[in-house]
Amino acid sequence: MAYPQLVMYEEEAKQISAILDKLVKDSNAKAVFLVDKDGQLISQSGETENFDSTSLASLTAGNIAATGGLAKLIGEKEFSIIFHEGEKDNIHISIVGQRVILVVIFDNRSSLGLVRLRVRKASDELAVIFDKLAEKSTKAASSESPFAEITDEDIDKLFNI
Amino acid sequence: MSFINYSAREINCKIVYYGCGLCGKTTNLQYIYEKTNPESKGKMISLATETERTLFFDFLPLSLGEIKGFKTRFHLYTVPGQIFYDASRKLILKGVDGIVFVVDSQAERMDANIESFENMKENLHEHGYDIEQIPYVIQYNKRDLPSAVPVEEIRRILNPQGVPDFEAIAPKGIGVFETLKAIIKLVLIELKKGAR
Ligand SMILES: Nc1nc2c(ncn2[C@@H]2O[C@H](COP(=O)(O)OP(=O)(O)OP(=O)(O)O)[C@@H](O)[C@H]2O)c(=O)[nH]1
Ligand SMILES: [Mg+2]
Repeated sequence: MAYPQLVMYEEEAKQISAILDKLVKDSNAKAVFLVDKDGQLISQSGETENFDSTSLASLTAGNIAATGGLAKLIGEKEFSIIFHEGEKDNIHISIVGQRVILVVIFDNRSSLGLVRLRVRKASDELAVIFDKLAEKSTKAASSESPFAEITDEDIDKLFNI
Repeated sequence: MSFINYSAREINCKIVYYGCGLCGKTTNLQYIYEKTNPESKGKMISLATETERTLFFDFLPLSLGEIKGFKTRFHLYTVPGQIFYDASRKLILKGVDGIVFVVDSQAERMDANIESFENMKENLHEHGYDIEQIPYVIQYNKRDLPSAVPVEEIRRILNPQGVPDFEAIAPKGIGVFETLKAIIKLVLIELKKGAR
């Protein structure tokens, strides 16, 4: 595989959760989501039940990918922040440590300035964790992987859809 | 790139349907969406033109059963087949774990199929992947149309490697789930290899 696999462990998941919870509070946001660049949801916090998080993750990644394509086209490395303003709700999307995407949804109880400020702080903290995760997953003793012993039967059982 | 979440006990994989314009990629996803239990699927998203041609991608999240106590989730995407959307196609291939290459069986589309296959190899290459290393299956779609080329002939051109291949009539669902199961199986086997 050309890319190292993203792996999430209990310890880091908890730390990430705590950072997102704090970000929601400090920025007065409705909800925040952390998404990997391939569109998979990593973590979320806030009033997330009001949003279809799977769709949100996929569209955000598409949005970042398309914007990144545009950036290259005009000779930029990437646009690290995207902001969409709605009538009621706004969405602030930023790239953390070139690896993951942080999405903040907020309304007029907050402001772009506040969100920016808090996102910057949270991003720094998240970047550290993802560096650690990357290191951990390359080192990860593959022997502990639960998938080393998948049988044909396991796979067949999946298909009761 | 599959994503293993030990914390949520979940494994996520990305599968992309690739192929020339109008070969039936979106139709495959629509059929899967229609026939899947509500609890196994999320919303299907289609970013399409007004004439229902895929503009950026279709997206369908599926959650299947568990393997070794891990929930399995598969994110199905289609690329836009029209030639001039190449930049978008490339973006969608990023992080792919498995590919379904959909072939339009009609004689008049053979050149388009070959061109699309070559284009897929190039785009994979630009992401640092090699077609030899990525799990993929081939679907010969539109078998119901009068100008459909015999499978043997298409196989000789597009599947000399002998990867798993399936005949299909996507709007009727023929071959659709067989194809999906085959690619999921290959992706999981690859995961197992990676785990060694
Ligand atoms: N007769 C017949 N028609 C098919 C078959 N599969 C797809 N079609 C039709 O072909 C047309 C194009 O199908 P789509 O699924 O939209 O094609 P696509 O590959 O997504 O095309 P792009 O989005 O442009 O890349 C639709 O009208 C489908 O109903 C098939 O097996 N037989
Ligand atoms: Mg389509």
